[in-house]
Amino acid sequence: MSLRVGLAGVALSALMATGALAQTEIQWWHAMTGANNDVVVKLAEDFNASQKDYKVVPTYKGSYPDTMNAGIAAFRAGNAPHIMQVFEVGTGTMMAAKGAIKPVYQLMADAGEQFDPKSYLPAVTGYYSTVKGEMLSFPFNSSSTVMWYNKDAFKKAGLDADKPPKTWPETFDAAKKLKAAGYATCGFATAWVTWVNIEQFSTWHNIPIGTKANGIDGFDTELKINSPLHVKHLQNLVELQKDKTYDYAGRTNTGEGRFTSGECPIMITSSGFYGNVKANAKFDWANAPMPYYPDAPGAPQNSTLGGASLWVMGGKSAAEYKGVAKFFTFLSDVDRQAKLHTDSGYLPITKAAYEKVKASGFYKTNPYLETPLLELTNKEPTDNSKGLRFGNMVQMRDIWAEEMEAALNGQKTAQQAMDSAVQRGNAMLRQFERTVSR
Amino acid sequence: MEKRAIFGGQTLPYLLLAPQLIVTVLFFYWPASQAVWQSFLIQDAFGTSTEFVWFENYQSLFANREYYNAMGTTALFSILVAGFSLSIALLLAVMADRQMRGAMSYRTLLIWPYAVAPAVAGVLWLFMFQPSLGMVSRGLRGMGVDWNPLLKGGHAMTLVVMAAVWKQISYNFLFFLAGLAAIPRSVIEAAAIDGARPWRRFWTIIFPLLSPTTFFLLVVNITYVFFETFGIIDAVTGGGPAKATETMVYKVFSDGRLGGDLGGSAAQSVVLLLIVIALTAIQFRYIERKVTY
Repeated sequence: MSLRVGLAGVALSALMATGALAQTEIQWWHAMTGANNDVVVKLAEDFNASQKDYKVVPTYKGSYPDTMNAGIAAFRAGNAPHIMQVFEVGTGTMMAAKGAIKPVYQLMADAGEQFDPKSYLPAVTGYYSTVKGEMLSFPFNSSSTVMWYNKDAFKKAGLDADKPPKTWPETFDAAKKLKAAGYATCGFATAWVTWVNIEQFSTWHNIPIGTKANGIDGFDTELKINSPLHVKHLQNLVELQKDKTYDYAGRTNTGEGRFTSGECPIMITSSGFYGNVKANAKFDWANAPMPYYPDAPGAPQNSTLGGASLWVMGGKSAAEYKGVAKFFTFLSDVDRQAKLHTDSGYLPITKAAYEKVKASGFYKTNPYLETPLLELTNKEPTDNSKGLRFGNMVQMRDIWAEEMEAALNGQKTAQQAMDSAVQRGNAMLRQFERTVSR
Repeated sequence: MEKRAIFGGQTLPYLLLAPQLIVTVLFFYWPASQAVWQSFLIQDAFGTSTEFVWFENYQSLFANREYYNAMGTTALFSILVAGFSLSIALLLAVMADRQMRGAMSYRTLLIWPYAVAPAVAGVLWLFMFQPSLGMVSRGLRGMGVDWNPLLKGGHAMTLVVMAAVWKQISYNFLFFLAGLAAIPRSVIEAAAIDGARPWRRFWTIIFPLLSPTTFFLLVVNITYVFFETFGIIDAVTGGGPAKATETMVYKVFSDGRLGGDLGGSAAQSVVLLLIVIALTAIQFRYIERKVTY
């Protein structure tokens, strides 16, 4: 008898153990390092503690391109993760991969989760939605381009540290004065050279990067980045590069350190640079909106997103999708978004979270966290400023950067460089179009 | 009378060869044939749509001016890297071969860099020569040199060549040292007694006797430059500025892995494979004749 009871006990505990293990695991691949990695881990832990049925497992997979490639390779091998963090330039490639992804609007509808795309900031919705307004991926960490400047340097150069330059001509003048005041190797610089000087530059001036609403209305798009304004801007940079009033700082953000080290008093780059500036800059600093050309009609328009979103991969079970949908609802929570924003410096992605932070008076003491939001919401997005969606964008950015480098080092004129960027980019778009049209 | 071991039957020889054959087929012929097959396809990154296009990938490759540019860059890069790494290693090995105090630690120190991964080597050099923060570039600037590998192609090329050479010297050094140790002292001593000076002894006796090692290293170094240096290029310049440091293998890597153009990238791999086969054949056909074993 006692043996039987014992056996029953074993069987029961085995049952309970399987019960505990019956949690559905959700794999989440991401590219966040340092403090941002802690944010990801904390979010997963909080979600796992909030319910018993699902377990989100975050895994760091390297840089943005590395994570995307790991996901693509895993998909081809038949074991993709459930959620994959993809940077904004990968959007075109992801959305073209029908069957490889599960659109977020569909996921939420299938799982019966509350989901209203209108509650998100329009700049965010536009970037990650189809023409019909169907949201394809879930916005996660968003940023925009802002101008960071060294207030101490401004004072040293006799500039008003509380009135940063608003337009490009003013920025060039300020950089010349800063150069004369001892910043001889770099008056101003831009990180992410194509993002700042082509992509954000275009949306901020309400001029197209390509036809078909920058590729959002279809993949049969052609580039328009050799317009007079684009060429004029590059030509200005080429002239200023000659005496280092502007100094080229590379294709990615590796040159950002030249701001925090005090070498470059003005650095135009991502608002996500915030954490780094806060931790490392040993001078008084602030940020301001991107400069614009005052003679460009309608400028400034609005900026567009950087950062990354979460894509749901195809071919998973209904139970797993249910868990992913629950996790996304968890992430959309107003308080959670507000806290994420004030802790990490990422933008709040919902209107409610933005309003809540605004009402709390947070921006009065932290105005630099609102700058990118004011840029994004500056005006109602147009076809030229909703965002961009080009296939092969990762590779195309390199081509654009190559051509800009050729102009900056004197191998080509600004016009030749931008013409060539358009021509080579179009060839790449045509190839991409072929792979998706079937 | 000569004694020979005769093995009966047909199976045993094949059985003995089998492990080697299996490994070769599995890790060389199979992936290589996959690359050839892939080069005839146009496919999206996820592999959800595939079209068989015969030689179209090759056609667009050879119609592309950038590809010839990459070929030229590769030729320059290989000559510089193989030339410098072989000659510097030979010089160091000849020095280390002398009888001297502390020879062991000197040799050990020279071998160490080989243990550093190419990408790490690249990053080390990048730090030293980073235009505004690097130690060496500060020195260069102090001397009035406008050092800027971010925009000047020549500077970027110098940087990747230095990193690639530095990485390979240890390996070459090791083989040269072993080769030098195998040269009979008596021959050199006899030449010395005959009145040959060190320079003459080197060129008429030591260098010819080292030729098998040199030839082997030449083949290995060319392969190294062609296939293993993309880690350095990726870490240091990313192929820039304006393609100045984009070699063929880096283009394969960036088009295929970063760009998701698998067909085009596979076609490039096949072309690269053919070039290396041709180079190796030429080396064995013409240069090996000059080698004295």
